Amino acid sequence: MRVVLKRRLKPLAWPRHFLTPVSVFMALMLGALLFFWVGANPLRAYVEIFKGAFGSFYNFSEVLVRGTPLILCGLSVGLAGKMLIWNIGAEGQLVMGGICGAGVALFLSSHIPTFMMIPTMLVAGFLGGALWGFIPGFLRAKLQVNEIITSLMLNYVAIFWLEHLYFGPWRDPAGRGFPGTAMFPEVAWFPRFFGTRVHLGLLVGLGAALVVWFVLAYTRWGFEIKVVGANLRAAQYARIDILRNILWVMVISGGLAGLAGICETAGIHYRLQQGLASGNGYVGIIVAWLGKLRPASIVVISILLGALMVGGDQVQITMHVPSAISLALEGAILFFVLGGQIFQDYELRIQSEAG
Amino acid sequence: MESGALFVAKISITSSMAVLYATIGEIFAERSGVLNLGVEGMMLMGALSGFATVHATHSLWLGVGVAMAIGGVFALIHGFFAITLKVNQVVSGLALTLFGIGLSDFLGRPLIGKVSVKFEPVSLYPLYKIPVLGDVFFSHSLLVYPAYLLVPAAYLFLYRTRYGLELRSVGENPSAADTVGIAVARLRYCYTFLGGVLAGLGGAYLSLAYTPGWKEQMTGGQGWIAIALVIFAMWDPLRAAGGAILFGFINAFQFYCQAAGITVVPGYILRMLPYLFTIGVLVIITRWEAARKRVGAPSALGIAFEREE
Repeated sequence: MRVVLKRRLKPLAWPRHFLTPVSVFMALMLGALLFFWVGANPLRAYVEIFKGAFGSFYNFSEVLVRGTPLILCGLSVGLAGKMLIWNIGAEGQLVMGGICGAGVALFLSSHIPTFMMIPTMLVAGFLGGALWGFIPGFLRAKLQVNEIITSLMLNYVAIFWLEHLYFGPWRDPAGRGFPGTAMFPEVAWFPRFFGTRVHLGLLVGLGAALVVWFVLAYTRWGFEIKVVGANLRAAQYARIDILRNILWVMVISGGLAGLAGICETAGIHYRLQQGLASGNGYVGIIVAWLGKLRPASIVVISILLGALMVGGDQVQITMHVPSAISLALEGAILFFVLGGQIFQDYELRIQSEAG
Repeated sequence: MESGALFVAKISITSSMAVLYATIGEIFAERSGVLNLGVEGMMLMGALSGFATVHATHSLWLGVGVAMAIGGVFALIHGFFAITLKVNQVVSGLALTLFGIGLSDFLGRPLIGKVSVKFEPVSLYPLYKIPVLGDVFFSHSLLVYPAYLLVPAAYLFLYRTRYGLELRSVGENPSAADTVGIAVARLRYCYTFLGGVLAGLGGAYLSLAYTPGWKEQMTGGQGWIAIALVIFAMWDPLRAAGGAILFGFINAFQFYCQAAGITVVPGYILRMLPYLFTIGVLVIITRWEAARKRVGAPSALGIAFEREE
């Protein structure tokens, strides 16, 4: 006798609603072991994480702040993922978006009318990211070069360039060695709301989610993307121009991550500085796949992971436990959710050897 | 006083080793049909666990052993998801890398800046007496020399033994392998584990010999470069060695320019070089092999095996 997993003809419907909660719970149990390992009380740590994220109006506003770049990076990875193109380069595209937007804010503010300032920065940020997405997209579409590697390598290139800029030519001369550019002029600051740090970027993220959702659900291009992702051969028979689609998807995907970069720069830091590349592009991968590549879910997941990250900062402050726990937990959650999927898709069967 | 060329040649060897171990490991995993993008995470966990063990016990070889075991265990996580649960291998591998980055950062915080014993260079008697070559190849730490044996051994194993044939068949045509009685899943688990063991060894090389100590994300993308080198090598261990040494050479060139105070190439371009080099090499090899109509990737790479009934 042996136990085998057999794929169900039709995914089972009922586990759908509590697979995710159960998976998250399992990941939190694993996290409890980690807290225990470093000598922290797991229960207290989770209470602190929860309080840190939802304990007050201001704390929750910080959750939205942390969620903002995740929405855009999640959309970036998710849009490419719809076509089974793996954009692992959101981090670098985010950085390039920040650099290009910051260039506008630092050097062109006197040439641009005030009311056009922020729109120009958004466009520049989008283009910066789009360029960084174009490179792996082009290499993949025209030369069949693996986009996972190229997009990832470009992250390092972008980050070194960012460091070069704020340590070198763009360094704030009055900064006394602070690694960053000068502050942007105030016209280039994204407006903030409700006396918190929640800024225009959140609206940009929600708007982008709406646009991506609309494009995927109602446009011909969105339909083509989904067909290519679901069945490459069918797409070829339907004479869909796959190469052009790969190129455009990577450009738009890069642009979305680029928006995240300029929103962080102009909404939070008001300057180009260390800490722009803080891993949001990588967390975007987790966001996209936890959200099953659906824009609405990506928004929700971004806020939840934002809460986890704010909570992670909180335990670092109050319990001196490294905030890197958030990334470890996020990775674990993704594993458990992936694993939980089998309860829908497979059934356990006990076979006798003879049968 | 060493000459510049000798310096570059020596550093080329030392800075290629971590990537070389990880690349050979990933070749085994991918040859069996399992794409494991978790190399970066496994290397980091190997580097951390190796250093932590040495820091606690002062036993270098115990550290290496623990690093290899931890690398293997992490590979088994991916193996479980990819082979048994049959989830998308790209997503599972990425999850492993991100989990590894987060976990090693979390657990490694107390060890940042700590110093411990490390692997010192040991000249290999009598080979180091060979003029020039002896200095370049046989005056390194003890973690370097196994690689000289591993590369040809991996090559012979893959192409000259029955086990290698079975391994390749599982990656090329699992259904056919299954019909002749080869345990597809079991072999895939074995070689995924081996891939993790070697990635862990690569990580330990970094934290115990090359740049002794622990720092978060100290691999700096070398796990990813290893995955790129697998493609560059067309899944062949000998070519992997060539690719790794080329990568090492780029690093050595960077060190040489910094050490010799050569400022023609700005520092930030130098730091970008290994990554730009990886992209460039990938583009060239992909074009080249496409022109020769050769597909190097195992046919069943990244595809879970399901027996048809």
